Amino acid sequence: MTKPNLENTFPNPVRSAFETTPRDDTVIVNIGPSHPATHGTVQIIAELDGEKVLRTDVHCGYLHRGFEKECESHTWANLIPYVDRLNYVSALINDFAYCEAVEKLMGIEITPRCRYLRTLLSEYSRIVDHLTCIAAGLMELGAMTAFLYLVMVRDYMYEHLADLTGARVTYSYGRIGGLARDLPDGWLTRLAGILDKYEVFVARVHGLMDRNRIFIDRMRNVGVISTADAVNWGYTGPILRSTGAPRDLRRDTPYLAYADLDFAIPVGINGDNYDRYYVRMCEMDESAHMIRQLMDSLPAGPINVEDRRCVLPEKKLVYTEIESLINHFKLVMDGPQVPAGDVYSAHESPNGELGFYIVSTGEGIPYKVHARAPSFVHMGGVHRMLDGYQLADIVPTFGSVNMIGGECDR
Amino acid sequence: MTAPTLERLKERLARAGNDVSTAHGMPVIAFPAAALLGIVQELRTEFEFDLFLDVTAVDWPGQAPRFEVVYHFYSTKHFGRVRLKTRVSEQDPTVDSLVSLYGSAGFMERECHDMYGIAFRGNPDLRPLLLYEGFVGHPLRKDYPKEREQPLVPYRK
Repeated sequence: MTKPNLENTFPNPVRSAFETTPRDDTVIVNIGPSHPATHGTVQIIAELDGEKVLRTDVHCGYLHRGFEKECESHTWANLIPYVDRLNYVSALINDFAYCEAVEKLMGIEITPRCRYLRTLLSEYSRIVDHLTCIAAGLMELGAMTAFLYLVMVRDYMYEHLADLTGARVTYSYGRIGGLARDLPDGWLTRLAGILDKYEVFVARVHGLMDRNRIFIDRMRNVGVISTADAVNWGYTGPILRSTGAPRDLRRDTPYLAYADLDFAIPVGINGDNYDRYYVRMCEMDESAHMIRQLMDSLPAGPINVEDRRCVLPEKKLVYTEIESLINHFKLVMDGPQVPAGDVYSAHESPNGELGFYIVSTGEGIPYKVHARAPSFVHMGGVHRMLDGYQLADIVPTFGSVNMIGGECDR
Repeated sequence: MTAPTLERLKERLARAGNDVSTAHGMPVIAFPAAALLGIVQELRTEFEFDLFLDVTAVDWPGQAPRFEVVYHFYSTKHFGRVRLKTRVSEQDPTVDSLVSLYGSAGFMERECHDMYGIAFRGNPDLRPLLLYEGFVGHPLRKDYPKEREQPLVPYRK
């Protein structure tokens, strides 16, 4: 039996930026897209001189599922589960950023309680996201204990968020003009308990890692990027802050309730892997500090605005009066009618600036939804952090960039 | 953005004959595609818009020119934002690339090229990014049906 010539039958879906090497003592290797040492589905084609990485060509798109195309055939409200799946580690922040963009177009101002709850949940999500990123990054370096400490705390948070939203990871909890439901009884008490636990275990991770010789040798002066380079390559979030630039949308262009809060912006010195680790660790502490302030000052009142253009009427009314029944029917079937126009709205997601550019033609279905995902932009410049270091450094550097396939590939 | 900078920016660009407006608090500048590089250069040097956030397109079939290319910029100095819009035709969907000014333009222009078929003159690397080699068409164009299949490997009979 002759073997079929697969090469001619199926074209290679990826064309490398370089297929030949200018020197005869270097070699091109392919890492990924599914590689046990990288978290995230990404392909890195690298030219190596021994163990040293000379240049890299980063390919993403393996999780592309036509998010933006799909958005153009569902109502504005039905998109909330989809935006959840962009950054699935901090889905609530995606929810809120998207809802805020739609609310801007509709000219809606959310209620004070909703504003505070969204802020609180955004910070809670930021802790979850950073815990995941740090835990995975440490595990890839062999730090199993630190990993287990962190994901254990994360799981308390997941379960706790499930009490509120009904799901552990993809919550679909934001609503245009408010939130799905108010806090259950005792939720804040449990939150305080979890934050205390968080502090115990994060302190242990500090003790295990911060001055650990092996850890420092792997992280310090690896994957260095300067502030000027970071800005030029579109870096935002913890990576930009790790270079020493205190740039944070929560402070620079305050949204939600951030203007009312006291918090610091941790920055790094060197822009290397260690700084990115440390900036994230400190940011979690700031988030916990913010959550405590928000818990103390959480205003009472409704969580949804009084606006029949987007918020579903009370169930009791739907069953008893025709106007509410029609209102409910129209909102579910046709979707909220969003005035024509376009808007760009950005939130500080755990990875950087998460922006939604949405275009409406005045209908219940969006004309266009574009997500400016930080991970995607970061992938465009990640070669700056990989080139010139060791092959083994790709793993911690890539981990510290925290590429999330869901939002990168959309 | 601080008010004086915003006013100065609007005044300067309106004087050059561009269509300057404000949408939901963000200055929006519409101009012919040929003016792109000059305006972006000015934004970068004079108005300190150092972070290139995003480029995407909006497809308006039936309108001429058909495609609207939309840029967003942010300043890490004064925290202002600005949106640029320019139109390109279906026959010649070409705009100048911004890779010479911003590194981040490379990947984002590649994505826009994938999705809408906008050609960025001067971007040396417009290989498919979120799509794959051999993908036919541009999926975010309005005339691309959502259900269309392009199996790389033929389905088993």
